[in-house]
Amino acid sequence: MSWLQTLRVAVRALTRNKLRSFLTTLGMVIGVSAVIAMVAIGDGAKARVEAAFAAMGSNMLVVLPGTSTAGGAMGGFGSMPTLTWEDLKAIQTELPTVRAAAPQLRSTGQVLSEDQNWTTQIFGTTPEYFQIRTWPVAHGELFTHSDVDGGTKVAVVGQTVADKLFGSNANPIGQVIRVKNVPFTIVGVLAKKGQSQWGQDYDDIVVVPVSTFQQKIQGGLKNVIAGSIAVSATGPDATARAETQIRGLLRDRHRLPQGADDDFSIRNLSEIASAQQEGTRTLTTLLAAIAAVSLLVGGIGIMNIMLVSVTERTREIGLRMAVGAKPSDIRLQFLVEALALAVIGGLIGVGLGLAGAWRLATSFGWEVLYRPDVIAIAVGFSGLVGVVFGLYPAHKASRLDPITALRFE
Amino acid sequence: MPLIQLVDVAKTYRMGDVEVHALRGVSLDIELAEFTAIMGASGSGKSTLMNIVGCLDRPSSGRYLLDGQEVSRLSTERLAEMRNRTIGFVFQSFNLLARTSALENVELPLLYAGVSTPERHARAAEALARVGLADRAHHHPNQMSGGQQQRVAIARALVSRPRVILADEPTGNLDSRTSVEVMALFQELGRAGITVVLVTHEPDIAQYAGRIVVMRDGRILSDTRQVPRQAVVPPPVAEDRREAIP
Repeated sequence: MSWLQTLRVAVRALTRNKLRSFLTTLGMVIGVSAVIAMVAIGDGAKARVEAAFAAMGSNMLVVLPGTSTAGGAMGGFGSMPTLTWEDLKAIQTELPTVRAAAPQLRSTGQVLSEDQNWTTQIFGTTPEYFQIRTWPVAHGELFTHSDVDGGTKVAVVGQTVADKLFGSNANPIGQVIRVKNVPFTIVGVLAKKGQSQWGQDYDDIVVVPVSTFQQKIQGGLKNVIAGSIAVSATGPDATARAETQIRGLLRDRHRLPQGADDDFSIRNLSEIASAQQEGTRTLTTLLAAIAAVSLLVGGIGIMNIMLVSVTERTREIGLRMAVGAKPSDIRLQFLVEALALAVIGGLIGVGLGLAGAWRLATSFGWEVLYRPDVIAIAVGFSGLVGVVFGLYPAHKASRLDPITALRFE
Repeated sequence: MPLIQLVDVAKTYRMGDVEVHALRGVSLDIELAEFTAIMGASGSGKSTLMNIVGCLDRPSSGRYLLDGQEVSRLSTERLAEMRNRTIGFVFQSFNLLARTSALENVELPLLYAGVSTPERHARAAEALARVGLADRAHHHPNQMSGGQQQRVAIARALVSRPRVILADEPTGNLDSRTSVEVMALFQELGRAGITVVLVTHEPDIAQYAGRIVVMRDGRILSDTRQVPRQAVVPPPVAEDRREAIP
């Protein structure tokens, strides 16, 4: 008997008991739809986390200066400037795992255009900083090393600052802003980056050459960095090694004896990101377990109904055998029925799951991500369940003796 | 050469510790186009004989040649092919598939013979026409009388163009009038060159056959040839209705 005929016979047998077939597939439907919905929502959340960390910077580490102790009271990180420009140069040039490093000097202050004012963060740094933060310009250009060397009064502003000072449609390139009464010419506007996970607006920023920052905005000791160092490792796998190497280098350079505490600290942002991803992985594993259990339950339901069906249709099986059906024909027929039940359940489950995810996403404002591979795996897996749990009933049907089967009441 | 040749066929079943000798050495030749009735009380071995002749069962010993081919040692799969190609079955309880049209019921053997859909439809329609049910092709069993259902079953047995039709108490569930109708159909098939083997316990019915084989205790008691009574269908009376396979 051809495949198409076998399928037709199977569909006919299933539609003969529509309610029963529907109830049997329900286990598969619930399992598959739950998994599809949860994976879509989970992937959406994961993508959002990844995007947030990508916005912070790629493979980024931050080296903070040490703490000062005054009469037993510990200052926070950075309260004692211990990082020098020489340290930065050494990190930039001596370590193979470091792609780029840049100083990060920070101040908060009022910025004025001709008719508006805005209080924002002012950063002094070098052009590498934009590379570390993977932050391109949207308009104009970034300042250069010669700007840093010459201490020119140029600034690159974030989108929020540009909007607040010049309105959202104006072109701020070439305009002059005053920071602490010092005029800076805007040479570039940074691409929009959005908010950090903690709600901080990345685009609320003015970035100026570090030399100009030191001379005009926030003076201080010439040799030390009154801020932190941002470092970008060569790759996602290199961040841990970069951290070790930087620690070793700085301990060497600061001549710290064995056993002494670091007079600096290193934050590895990639680690936070991977911890977050670990969380989503746990969630995914949990979902897979739920899926496995529900598919198992669905499969047992299918097996149960197929066994009932074989008993009910004993005479039909006997007749089919008498008129020429081989045991293999009978086996295939019942196997295809179980497969059809499972796959139909799986497909309905996919439909319901996608609809459910979409509904949840729109009502809660969540992000969802539909992955065709997950859908294919879900349908494929339901098919596998159908075959595995259909095998025994199908085998039982094929082993019937036509004489006894025909006499069965 | 006879179409059906049984040589010293025996069949022994084991029921727990007891051995049941259903057939104790049966030799029987049936020629092409012969209409044979097999009679006997229950337990005489006539059903076992039918099962072996119908390739549903294998003899414990002895040889069975069907159409010149030794079939007693064939595998289950090959026996299924043999049944599909050479034998048509007619049962007492019709054994039609419920909620399935007459046409599709008749098509069933062709489905397993791998016949293409258009040819299957054509041959099934032809078989239904041959039993006088061309106008009932799309009726379901529960919309037909017992006599009509049995004729659908005969059409199903005929559709694969078999050499032999085996009918196991085909009139057991029919009234006398429709029984005669069915016997008339069998006599017509015999004239068309089809071998009919009929199992019955009704002597009336056996009179329509050209040969009567009587079984007792697993052996042939008598084997007589006769001039068959011609089946003439009496005028119509109300027909009964029978259940199909649920």
